Amino acid sequence: MVGQILFIFIAVVTLLMALGVVVARNLFHAALFLIGVFFGIAALFILLEAEFLAMAQIIIYIGAIATLIVFAIMLSKGMMGRESGAYNKQWYFAGGAMVFFFGLVSWLLVKMPFKTISAQVPNDAIQQIGSGFVGHYVVPFEVASVLLLVALVGAIMLARERNS
Amino acid sequence: MTVPLSWYLIFATALFSLGFFGVLSRRNAVAVLMGVELMLNAVNVNLVAFWRYLTPTDLSGQIFVVFVFTVAAAEAAVGLALMISIYRTRKTINIDEINDLQH
Amino acid sequence: MDLRALGESFIAMLENMGIPEGWVLLINWVLGALAVLVVALLLAIFLIWYERKIAGRVQDRLGPNRVGPWGLIQPFADALKLLTKEDITPDKADRITYNLAPIIAVFHILMLFLVIPFADKVVGANINVGVLFLMAFGALGTLAMLMAGWSSRNKYALLGGFRVVAQLLSYEIPVGLAMLTVVMLRGSMNLNTIAQGQGGVFGLGWYVWILPAVFVLYFVAALAEGERAPFDLLEAESEIVAGYNIEYSAMKFAWFYLAFFLNTWVLSAVAVTLFFGGWQGPFAAQLPILGVFYFFLKVFIMFFVFAWVRATFPRLRIDQMMSFCWKALVPMGLALFLAVAIVLKLGLPSAATNALLFIVNVVILFATLKLLGNYTKDLSHNKNKRLFAPELPRL
Repeated sequence: MVGQILFIFIAVVTLLMALGVVVARNLFHAALFLIGVFFGIAALFILLEAEFLAMAQIIIYIGAIATLIVFAIMLSKGMMGRESGAYNKQWYFAGGAMVFFFGLVSWLLVKMPFKTISAQVPNDAIQQIGSGFVGHYVVPFEVASVLLLVALVGAIMLARERNS
Repeated sequence: MTVPLSWYLIFATALFSLGFFGVLSRRNAVAVLMGVELMLNAVNVNLVAFWRYLTPTDLSGQIFVVFVFTVAAAEAAVGLALMISIYRTRKTINIDEINDLQH
Repeated sequence: MDLRALGESFIAMLENMGIPEGWVLLINWVLGALAVLVVALLLAIFLIWYERKIAGRVQDRLGPNRVGPWGLIQPFADALKLLTKEDITPDKADRITYNLAPIIAVFHILMLFLVIPFADKVVGANINVGVLFLMAFGALGTLAMLMAGWSSRNKYALLGGFRVVAQLLSYEIPVGLAMLTVVMLRGSMNLNTIAQGQGGVFGLGWYVWILPAVFVLYFVAALAEGERAPFDLLEAESEIVAGYNIEYSAMKFAWFYLAFFLNTWVLSAVAVTLFFGGWQGPFAAQLPILGVFYFFLKVFIMFFVFAWVRATFPRLRIDQMMSFCWKALVPMGLALFLAVAIVLKLGLPSAATNALLFIVNVVILFATLKLLGNYTKDLSHNKNKRLFAPELPRL
């Protein structure tokens, strides 16, 4: 019961924040709303008993990605984009697609019978995640780290100023 | 465990749809990027919810979420670098004004 | 007196009074939160006096000495002054963001108090991801300062905001590497478990004896994370006036001030927990209340070192500071991390492992210092060349 009330509260606040992200004209405000969404999702992870992911969500999304976005917005004044309209010409089409997509997928999800089982989360969940990375999922893990390295180098090369 | 699985899934769908709308309709490239982040987060919620309700003893669901984090971080870094680079040469990052390849 | 038993007897008392279980839990939580809040605020007021006194002594002054005995009431007088000042919001400021920033600045530090073990098992929340929690909520400080810098609509504030991102984000990496190395040694991210692993007479089990270089790395990076003087470029008054908080006045400024002192305190507390045994001390296992005493004693000694450094060293230049992080601290942290991982995997008996870890640490520390020294010497002939200048390949 308490869980349900908490879920509804967090879900509603998070969705309102997400709405703020897509409708806010001021990009900085949109970024702040985005941070609120990340927080709400971290709270949902805690409700789902995935503490490690909740903390990782805050570190990576709020500490790194959101800060990066805010930083990029601050770097270039024109990015604030107040003067021009926030939406392009196809926004009504996008809105229709959104409603259609939401209706279709949620209808399918409600119809779909998932076999849920109620078991406890293992106590050594974090250790299991760790050994998963260097055990069964070692190849994707290495590929992901190479991807990060490539992205790091690429981002630096793209963003630095060329004075030639 | 009193919250049904479908609530999480519908929440994630709603979040994904909002992100989808943002990606399709915003003119500003940074706003489009934020929409992509919303969609990735919705996927994460789905992955964790499915893990918790279908296979709570097998941690693969959580491991997949970490991979999504990695991709999201790489995407944000490269995307923002591209935008700063474009802004420097074009003085705009409105997506419908960056259309050199159409002419 | 056992603190756990005290808490449990309090819960039992509430239950005997006929209050339903859910409400007892709620009352307990609210009381715990209030206790942390009151302790934190009193602590901050004391810390201001403590730091000013230390700075005074270092600079051959008396420090605050007018209000109350030894000037102890001075911070209260200052707080009163700040409260009665005019609260100014710039005309063009983004109001909501502007007012939210100081709240987040204090809130994220208070969150950190949750996971710090004051004595054995006396923790706000004994969670298994304590170290990650510290990293996660520590990162929110960046956000608060960024919001303050942007919303003030002041170019100095905005420059301060840029510096915040550059500095705090960069220095989080060495701090994280140092914490990770300790986590790897203990095999747990729970701060209480980490403190428990550092028993032994006369503090011989402290991790600072096993990982001295990691402690040095943490300490130097923590100076930057706490915006303290050689690294207080965020508010360098001679360059950018006061940085991100330039437009803030009265109580909103006081909140940033509060966050600054509490941040340093938390950084010292984490240093004590990770490297100096936390609440460990003679008879602390038998008498948990002694653990609280030892913990606070160690933290105040640690805080003294932070204040001492701040009062002694001049400020670096911003490019020097960034290069120092990326070219000295991060490689050092990565080398330490790798070396400690390899030594732990060798599977030697624990005494040999500890000895080897110590040797590896000392070697890496001296190698770093030697390389840094050579680098500085090389460039010092050429006065025009900037020290630690960024040298990117030209396309």
